[in-house]
Amino acid sequence: MASLTLKINNKTHTVDVDPKMPLLWAIRDVVGLTGTKYGCGIAQCGACTVHLGGTPVRSCSIPVSAAANKDIVTIEGLSTDNSHPVQQAWIAEQVPQCGYCQSGQIMAATALLKKTPNPTDKDIDTAMQGHICRCGTYPRIRKAIKAASQLMNQKASIK
Amino acid sequence: MEAISKNISRRNFIKFSSLTGAALTLGLYSQAAGKEAEIITPEAAENLGIEMNAWITIDTNGKVTITNHRSEMGQGSFQSVPQMIAEELEVNLSDINIVFAQGNNAKYGSQITGGSSTIRGTYKKLLKLSATAREMLIEAAAKKWNVSKAECYAEGGRVIHKPSGKKFHYGELVQEASKLEAPKNVKLKLPEEYKIIRKPLPRQDTPLKTNGSAIFGLDKKLPGMLYAVVERNPRFHGKVKSFDDTETKKVPGVKHVIPVKMSVFNTFREGVAVVADNLWSAMQGRKVLKVEWDDSGFEHLSTEQLYARMSDALKSNNSLSVRTKGDAEVVYQKSENKIEATYETPYESHACMEPLNCVAHYQDDKVEIWGPIQGPDWVQDFLSNLLSLPKEKIIVNMTFLGGGFGRKAFMDYPHEAAVISKEVKAPVQVVWTREDDTTQGPFRPGMMYHCKGSVNANGNIESYIMRTAGQNMDHQWPNADKKSYNGSATEGFLETYLNSLQHYSFSDSPLDVPIPVMWWRSVYASTNAFAMESFMDELAAKAGKDPLDFRRPHLHDGRYHELINKLEEVSGWKNRKKGEGYGVAIAESFSSIVGEVVKVSKKADGKVKIDKVWAVMDCGWYVNPDIIKAQIEGSIIMGLGAAVTHATHFKDGKAVEQNFNTYKMPRITDTPEIEIHIMENDEKAGGVGEPSLPPIAPALTNAIFDLTSKRIRKLPFNLEEV
Repeated sequence: MASLTLKINNKTHTVDVDPKMPLLWAIRDVVGLTGTKYGCGIAQCGACTVHLGGTPVRSCSIPVSAAANKDIVTIEGLSTDNSHPVQQAWIAEQVPQCGYCQSGQIMAATALLKKTPNPTDKDIDTAMQGHICRCGTYPRIRKAIKAASQLMNQKASIK
Repeated sequence: MEAISKNISRRNFIKFSSLTGAALTLGLYSQAAGKEAEIITPEAAENLGIEMNAWITIDTNGKVTITNHRSEMGQGSFQSVPQMIAEELEVNLSDINIVFAQGNNAKYGSQITGGSSTIRGTYKKLLKLSATAREMLIEAAAKKWNVSKAECYAEGGRVIHKPSGKKFHYGELVQEASKLEAPKNVKLKLPEEYKIIRKPLPRQDTPLKTNGSAIFGLDKKLPGMLYAVVERNPRFHGKVKSFDDTETKKVPGVKHVIPVKMSVFNTFREGVAVVADNLWSAMQGRKVLKVEWDDSGFEHLSTEQLYARMSDALKSNNSLSVRTKGDAEVVYQKSENKIEATYETPYESHACMEPLNCVAHYQDDKVEIWGPIQGPDWVQDFLSNLLSLPKEKIIVNMTFLGGGFGRKAFMDYPHEAAVISKEVKAPVQVVWTREDDTTQGPFRPGMMYHCKGSVNANGNIESYIMRTAGQNMDHQWPNADKKSYNGSATEGFLETYLNSLQHYSFSDSPLDVPIPVMWWRSVYASTNAFAMESFMDELAAKAGKDPLDFRRPHLHDGRYHELINKLEEVSGWKNRKKGEGYGVAIAESFSSIVGEVVKVSKKADGKVKIDKVWAVMDCGWYVNPDIIKAQIEGSIIMGLGAAVTHATHFKDGKAVEQNFNTYKMPRITDTPEIEIHIMENDEKAGGVGEPSLPPIAPALTNAIFDLTSKRIRKLPFNLEEV
């Protein structure tokens, strides 16, 4: 066991855990933020995706010790009121069905748009192919990423 | 009128502030935890008000609460049930609360969310009881004003007196209204009068699913809850001979290691549960647990053995007759224009994104369950039997489901959770790892089909013979009649085809093996249609006819002609260009008809790619066209997965594929463009969640035949290797 500092969504948590515990379980079961999901445990499905130092990572496959003292953003950190453009686009395009994988999908899309504000279809495929959705919301994910890109560009031009 | 249920305080209760806006919760909102409260206080529950009926509760402030009696697993019942009720009740969807019902089929009727039945099975009843409640509210207002009821109407949660413009909100009327005698024959709206139904309104649960606040089974927490993972026999049957938990008990956090068994059809699945104060510890403890199994007394089969046995069965003289007309075999034998073909479809895992899990709290003489559950009333009945508790002592709460597809209609995992909670005397969440979920079944049964058919001089079908081999799900239950035929052996086939044929025969050779099988989205239609519509394409080729034109003489109902015409028109069927392959398949299941056309072509490297899919859905009366489109998209992609990306194999009695690295799910890169059309007509409501899955595989392989003259008769196949 080790005492670690986790900086999640701009809030500091001190957790006393097995340093080998995957970050996913520390976020869900120790800190209590359940928006980040367990899907496969082997970095194949993307349901557990969070941002670590601004980069999307699979929290199921990173030991919590490797995330200590770094900035972690989970779905709850995008916004709780759905005000983030990616969340707004996801609602406008009615993406979720069961919704279980969508936290991971949204975190991946957000990271993509930060790096590539005007993604091509190929950019979208490359960024999102690590994310499985059994409900098959992929056509709407494509549309929503494009809609979010437009929303973000509009916001940027207003500023 | 029924008094408000005392159990209502335990309902998963969510209040929506606006249609697409942020969701708020009533009751205990835990800001620190950053998630929805799930248990509301009895005080808050009182505020729900007076029940007009099992689905509609109105408080004295006019707040309307609508109960969703079915599970929400992505298919949209959380939207479509309230959307129906709000229409006839005359309330705005933005002003209501929605609550999940608990298991209670005495109150709601069947709650099993399966067979694409939520709308088609309950719409008439729900429309009528909503209109009835509305009429009672109008009558109560008329009495208060001492005016004629005919001068009053309802709108937006209010009753309005037309001549004077006076208004009462429903809350001011509910007490009186609930005491009135319910009118017997209320008039329902005509479709052209709908304001809410048939509109593509955004789903009420969407905002909860874009900010991480929707509570799935895996997110459920109770004070003092322990976590369990179970090492189960990988061969589905057999017994725990012994186990060594020396190392397991050394893992910090591990509290109990206990043998456990759960009911799976006619047997019990045995295992050893590791129970800890956190999930990670339980998983670590399981890794070092040593279990010895007694695997005697049943066969340890491989995929090759399973299909060899099905193949033998198809060649044998033993089969159960399902449905026959005329003398198909005699006509077939005499014909000079005949063909036969054998088709093969794989076993599949459901692979819901949320692995199975369940919370149970067994105390004294009752047990309460929370989880991603498709049939809360079934869980009640099942546990009542197994735990020898009266049904009312089994409280079953539905959370949101991270996918279901049939798997979460089974009752094994709630049983296992209840047994463990009883043993360790604490609330327990049992979590299946992805590997457990993928390897333990029940699976979609793998099937083989042998089809024979002949065409006459006019190029029409004169005989049609289909024989099915594979496991019959019904044969797994205790005391099942194994001489009973598979009632789903014709599921997927168009009813109108059957009417047009003079000579047909459907028969079934059940395979009796110890692999648990279960409904998988669209059930037997998901595999039957591959054989049926592939063979239809082969018969069309034999007759030298265009596949759409070949079907037309066999469609003895205008509804089918309209669908096939629409499919031809939207897909540009007749205007195909050189280098494009078009394939069609049409299937009827769960009272809906879906036709799909797939267009394929070759990439620069010569490999086949899917360019586009067109789908035309005729589900008759419907509620929300956008949810229907989402279900069609999802069904097509899931069906493509079972056609080209994944399958479950067996070796030495165990499932081979364990996780998504080998059970390859369809991804965004496997997703073609999909164009959807919904037929408008006055037919009865049909199912929506499943019927679009069956046609996709045969439409694809038929398109590949059109492009390459190569027949694919075995699924899954590798698109890269065509």
